Amino acid sequence: MSAPHPETWLQTRPEGLYCLPGDFFVDPHRPVDRAVVTHGHADHARPNNQAVLATPETLAIMRARYREQAGGSLQPLRYGERERIGEVEVSFAPAGHVLGSAQAVLEWRGSRVVISGDYKRRRDPTCPAFEPVPCDVFVTEATFGLPVFTHPDDGEEIRKLLTSQALFPERTHVVGVYALGKAQRVICRLREEGYDRPLYIHGALQALCDLYQELGVVLGELRPATASSKQEMVGQIVLAPPSAIADRWARRLSDPVVVLASGWMRVRQRAKQRGVELPLVMSDHADWPELTRTLEDVGAPEVWVTHGSEEALVHWANGQGFRARALSLIGRGEEEQEVA
Amino acid sequence: MKDFAALLDALIFTPSRNGKLRHMQAYFATAEDPHRGWGLAGLTGGLDFKSAKPALVRALVEERVDPALFRWSYDFVGDLAETVALIWPARPGANRPPSLDEVVTRLRLAGKSEVPGLLAGWLDALDATGRWALLKLITGGLRVGVSARLAKTALAEFGQVDVAEIEEIWHGLEPPYGPLFDWLEGRGERPEPNESVAFRPMMLANPLEDRDFESLDFAAYLAEWKWDGIRVQLVARNGERRLYSRTGDDIGRAFPDIIEAMDFEAVLDGELLVVRDGQVAPFNDLQQRLGRKTVSAKLLDSNPAHVRLYDMLFEGGEDIRPLRLDERRQRLESWYGAGRPRFDLSPVLSVAGREALAGLRAEARTAGIEGLMLKRADSAYVAGRPKGPWFKWKRDPLTLDVVLMYAQRGHGKRSSFYSDYTFGAWRDSEAGAELVPVGKAYFGFTDEELRQLDKWVRDNTVDRFGPVRAVAPGLVLEVAFDAVHPSTRHKSGLAMRFPRVKRIRWDKPADEADRVETLAALVETA
Repeated sequence: MSAPHPETWLQTRPEGLYCLPGDFFVDPHRPVDRAVVTHGHADHARPNNQAVLATPETLAIMRARYREQAGGSLQPLRYGERERIGEVEVSFAPAGHVLGSAQAVLEWRGSRVVISGDYKRRRDPTCPAFEPVPCDVFVTEATFGLPVFTHPDDGEEIRKLLTSQALFPERTHVVGVYALGKAQRVICRLREEGYDRPLYIHGALQALCDLYQELGVVLGELRPATASSKQEMVGQIVLAPPSAIADRWARRLSDPVVVLASGWMRVRQRAKQRGVELPLVMSDHADWPELTRTLEDVGAPEVWVTHGSEEALVHWANGQGFRARALSLIGRGEEEQEVA
Repeated sequence: MKDFAALLDALIFTPSRNGKLRHMQAYFATAEDPHRGWGLAGLTGGLDFKSAKPALVRALVEERVDPALFRWSYDFVGDLAETVALIWPARPGANRPPSLDEVVTRLRLAGKSEVPGLLAGWLDALDATGRWALLKLITGGLRVGVSARLAKTALAEFGQVDVAEIEEIWHGLEPPYGPLFDWLEGRGERPEPNESVAFRPMMLANPLEDRDFESLDFAAYLAEWKWDGIRVQLVARNGERRLYSRTGDDIGRAFPDIIEAMDFEAVLDGELLVVRDGQVAPFNDLQQRLGRKTVSAKLLDSNPAHVRLYDMLFEGGEDIRPLRLDERRQRLESWYGAGRPRFDLSPVLSVAGREALAGLRAEARTAGIEGLMLKRADSAYVAGRPKGPWFKWKRDPLTLDVVLMYAQRGHGKRSSFYSDYTFGAWRDSEAGAELVPVGKAYFGFTDEELRQLDKWVRDNTVDRFGPVRAVAPGLVLEVAFDAVHPSTRHKSGLAMRFPRVKRIRWDKPADEADRVETLAALVETA
């Protein structure tokens, strides 16, 4: 008997992607009885599910963000371990996106689907690298699913920041970063480039930076930006959420250079519209070469493309002999527009 | 090429003048010869490649990229050069990235058929920023917010000399400017100015302040109208002809009608205007002629250029700048004689005395006149803006009470403030009174007032479109402006010149603000 086609046991429902033989949702965007969560970003991990299965790091992130609303029962599952839900075997493989991020590997009656969540392929000192898992259907994101998106080496981008700091020593560099993942990666990369002065952080970054340090990611000395005087901030680097960098919060800083670390910074007009003076092209999402290489590495005959520029990646994949189609999931990708 | 690309990339994102200067100085200090000289030429508009057109670039990329993927990408990015730079398939190791010198020298020598091959090879070898800079450079118009003047200012600061010294020798220099950099870095003599076509730094006037008015010895001054055009210097020597703007930019290509008429040997100072049937046209008509590399026959015919002369610096080879103004004026008048096509003389006003001049200025409401110039009759022509010999005495601005409609975020230091204001005046419509936008202003207020305006905008927002907020009609601004003229580009049919916020009328109800008809009545006819 041949294995059942994944279309027969996975469905898109208003709540999100639903697995029938396991009676659970993957990354539901509204509360459900049972959820498998790939990672802690808010468009994947929502509060108030009855039961949640995720990596221990993702659960810790959800507790830090949602406190008592993180969910009813929170069940950890390490990378590589297996758990049976209903008739379905569930396991996690690293996705390389942020700390704790995982691809959900679902197997039922000899048929295997990998829901990769969000992922990237390049090195990130804050989380383990993406591992390709052979499967029948690979579900991929397409946030940067256009061939204009080729993220440069992040070392070059970090050195741009340090060069600008040297050129404008009397100004404060305020770097817009998403609080989960990007903030800690930028800090780690600065440290790796030899920057050992204290870094100043916006209050919204504090809890997750503390959590990363508890989980063993070394970030060096961090100081609260809000407690420091304007004079102390001269010549310093400050990290803050993207919404704060060009708004009233930033007025406390000394003639700030507005920096934003995001994959969208690849397109100059996007950076200019946001009033960014120093764009850093750094993303936790796969760029076009990584997306296409991943489809080849995973080698699944069938590909479902979720959020982003689905049409272009579907077009490319079909041209390469994959069976590819778009899979529309409500509510996905809203956060990426802002912070990827 | 890499450091030049990084410079352009930094300049396009840097809003402040000082920031741009800092980036350019760092480039001049670290880039090597002859590359930095070509970079300087690129920034000052001194490089022009005829053979590389956008259509060629597009054809090259379409040979390499799936057309559907290219189309989606172009739709997303919106700019051809940038789309091509980002989508061009990298061929690492294909070639060594070219230097700026290699790009410039090879493109200059290349025949038309060689250009596509050269370009494709370079695009293969460069990274995305390098490709973008290359495409910007060769398809013309860097558009990184740097004027030739600003680039020269950065150069002057880099070499710690006065920018006037650079202007003086600039037009005798050729890219890549080796002798210039030698001089600026102390290795060589200052290059000699090319006497025949050099720009002579202009003599500028100070605004007449109230305290000057009280103490000024009016009898010692000659008065002229202050024309509303742009100040130019005409240089015609040894068969060469140049038309320079006040900052020393060569603008002759946009004004071939003036260049053609310069069949004389002299250096003259005057006001560039559009004049039809002896009447000065609104500044807007001149604006259409500015900034062009070529001008159509139609535009030459519809917007004919004219220079109204007021001073003479050289007659033939004789430098008469040390003479008194009234003596130079005599020389100008006898040189001019019975008249020359496309030129006339700005008259010296025969009205004398403080009260009479003040009255004349108050009545100066004809199109093309901005106020009065007062120049000491005994003043020599000297570079710069000395205090005392020359004054400009602008007429009082017009004012209107308008209602704030939209506010947009500013740039640079103002990026956290809603600092650019679109305002409207009332007009009747079938549905009752409605506000129509009549202008936009982003200066005239203090930092404290900006904070208050920003807060008011945030508290009264009714809609948002990206960086723009629409506000409820509740705040009246008194705006000052120099003139208003008809415009088809504005919904109200009117456009203001130099609008600025004069006062914030926190006290005035919005429905008591001015009407569009009031503004229309201020349009000046010649």
